[in-house]
Amino acid sequence: MNETLPRAAIRAAKTNLVWLALPLIALAIAVAWILSADPLSGFRNGAPPVENLTFERTVLDDSGLRLFVRAGGSEPMTVAQVQVDDAYWQFTQDPPGPIARGKAAWLSLPFPWMLGEAHALKVVTNTGATFAHDIAVAVPTPQATAGQLRLQALVGIIVGIVPVAVGLMFYPLLRGVGQAGMAFLLSLTIGLLAFLLIDASAEALELASQAAAIFQGPVMVVLAGLGSFLLLMAIGRRGGVPTGLALSTYIALGIGLHNLGEGLAIGAAFAAGSAGLGTFLVLGFALHNVTEGIGIAAPILKQRPSLWVFVGLTLLAGGPAVIGMWLGSLATSAQWSALALAIGAGAILQVIVEVSAYLMRQSGKRIEVLLTPPVMSGLVAGVAFMYVTAAVVKI
Amino acid sequence: MGGLAAAGGTAICAGAAPAQIASHGGGHQMAARASEGMAAPMPAMGHGAMMTVGDVDNTANGFDPTDMLTDWDTGTVSVLPDGRTLRTFEMAAEDRDIEIAPGITFPAWTYNGRVPGPALRAKEGERLRIVFRNYASHPHSIHFHGIHAARMDGVPGAGMVDPGDEFVYEFDAKPFGCHLYHCHAMPLRRHIHKGMYGAFVIDPDPERHPDQIDVARSRLIGTPENAGWQELVMVMNAFDTNFDAENEFYAVNTVAHAFMKRPIRIVKSKPVRIYLINVIEFDPINSFHLHANFFDYYDQGTTLTPTLRTVDLITQCQAQRGILEFTFAEHEPGLYMFHPHQTEFTELGWVGMFDVVEALA
Repeated sequence: MNETLPRAAIRAAKTNLVWLALPLIALAIAVAWILSADPLSGFRNGAPPVENLTFERTVLDDSGLRLFVRAGGSEPMTVAQVQVDDAYWQFTQDPPGPIARGKAAWLSLPFPWMLGEAHALKVVTNTGATFAHDIAVAVPTPQATAGQLRLQALVGIIVGIVPVAVGLMFYPLLRGVGQAGMAFLLSLTIGLLAFLLIDASAEALELASQAAAIFQGPVMVVLAGLGSFLLLMAIGRRGGVPTGLALSTYIALGIGLHNLGEGLAIGAAFAAGSAGLGTFLVLGFALHNVTEGIGIAAPILKQRPSLWVFVGLTLLAGGPAVIGMWLGSLATSAQWSALALAIGAGAILQVIVEVSAYLMRQSGKRIEVLLTPPVMSGLVAGVAFMYVTAAVVKI
Repeated sequence: MGGLAAAGGTAICAGAAPAQIASHGGGHQMAARASEGMAAPMPAMGHGAMMTVGDVDNTANGFDPTDMLTDWDTGTVSVLPDGRTLRTFEMAAEDRDIEIAPGITFPAWTYNGRVPGPALRAKEGERLRIVFRNYASHPHSIHFHGIHAARMDGVPGAGMVDPGDEFVYEFDAKPFGCHLYHCHAMPLRRHIHKGMYGAFVIDPDPERHPDQIDVARSRLIGTPENAGWQELVMVMNAFDTNFDAENEFYAVNTVAHAFMKRPIRIVKSKPVRIYLINVIEFDPINSFHLHANFFDYYDQGTTLTPTLRTVDLITQCQAQRGILEFTFAEHEPGLYMFHPHQTEFTELGWVGMFDVVEALA
């Protein structure tokens, strides 16, 4: 471009301003016209408003049943009656009155639910539309007592902290591995993270589908996952490429976020009264999660971190399981669990990228390293181990 | 992860809820819960809590289920040249939003603005003229259960009335009994379910039944013998509010739980006669069960002697109807329940109480 006179530059700037203002003015006129002339009235055919009601929480206690319902209709919704097992029951609503779009309310019923049995709930709105919710197995919802919180913490420790600690205890043994062994361990880590990425994403999408439409489940999951991935990449690469302890910390953070989501889901299931079969499942989780510890240890095998570093990494990766349990059992809804899992999935993706980059730098072979036998067997072993141990805990 | 979640819940529950092992018997459950430190059943968990919440605005509806029990439409009477009685009824179809249960609006199709439509009552042998005007948005008709010419049948081609039009049905009142009428436009199920039905009672002419003249007189409205009875018309109906071909609300005279919230006053000394009609849609059978008492039943009401004696439960297929006769004369005053013995219908609104009193206050 040739040099231009200042006057010409000013004129150009003015012209740009006009070109900016014109479309905005056009938009404003369009909005004003739609609001005032109501051109959409021709589509109104007397059909009742679209209604949508999501059951976010169900609480069973000695005062009966309580339901936390969120309205997602095109207009405010009015809950008129509530059925339990095909019978109308008295209920109270808090706050009372119509529930605005996106807002939620508690419905309380003095219903004598039966321990261990199924109950079918149905909310009837003022237009006669019905929304059903099943309680598969009725069990008392855990109260926020110290005893309950301790019990949940114990389970959180067993499924979150213990396996990571056990995995890290392989550290001295792992230090002896050579170049090929190291490649195997790192690719093992990538394999297990890949499994967790798929698992967390699938679970996030499933939870999102149960959430009220207003949260736009799948879009929220994808955006939250990508957002956390990009954010963590930016933070991680701020001071160059993460290596050693920094990389371990990112791995621990990714796994921790995943465990938080996992804890939320477990806690929510617990609160929702989902009941199954036994202690071996918790042990199954523990076994499943041991690999996570090995993955965290891999990047710091050449360093000699203090014991406190291991404690910190363990808590970072496993501790969120406990917090998730608490949050999930006390107050959460499907969309928040989905959000936590999606953020976790993004974090895991970041770690996969960083560990892969680390593996390539380690070997000096760049991308070809991924095709070497130790790496390929590590990837397969990581995914396979996670898959097989996950099978134990699937119902 | 769904599995994970459920499993986690399980593991915790396995430790926390040993009572899960014992899993049957309501009483056991409650006892088990109480022994676990959970509360015993609350007073509010008793029968009283199993009910719709709130009240229907009868004024806005323009009809009251309690008033409907005794609200007979006897039309206007004139004399034909041959000396016979001509009884004329005015009927109109109109679309109307009605409140069928507290807070629940149903876009009904009605006769004379109410569901069920007016309870028509005539005497055997009279000439009946029903002037029907259609102010509604769909073609409608009145198909009377009774004896009449094909031209008066209320089916397509015989008395089907387009919106804005009018038709006059004319026929003799026979046979005596407890009948009904309903719209016979297609689709039939939709037109009936939307509310287009009502009671149609033809009283026996005592002069035609000399052998049972007293019984016939007791049935004929306006006679002193009839005044000794407490007569009620009950149309058993139901509403599917979410279009899944299953009813959300069951009732007599439309409003769920109406007679639980306002029991029907019965004077102990006077016998009770119920004209019971089943127009329930989507369920093949409905029934009527009376607590602490038995009744005589006249199937279709076309006989003057009972077709069933001393029963406490009768069943009616759709459009079946009959007359129930019973008395609380020997009972102590109090609340006596009636309901269908399909418990599902009962718990979804079709249940009520007779409040038996010594005398009306």
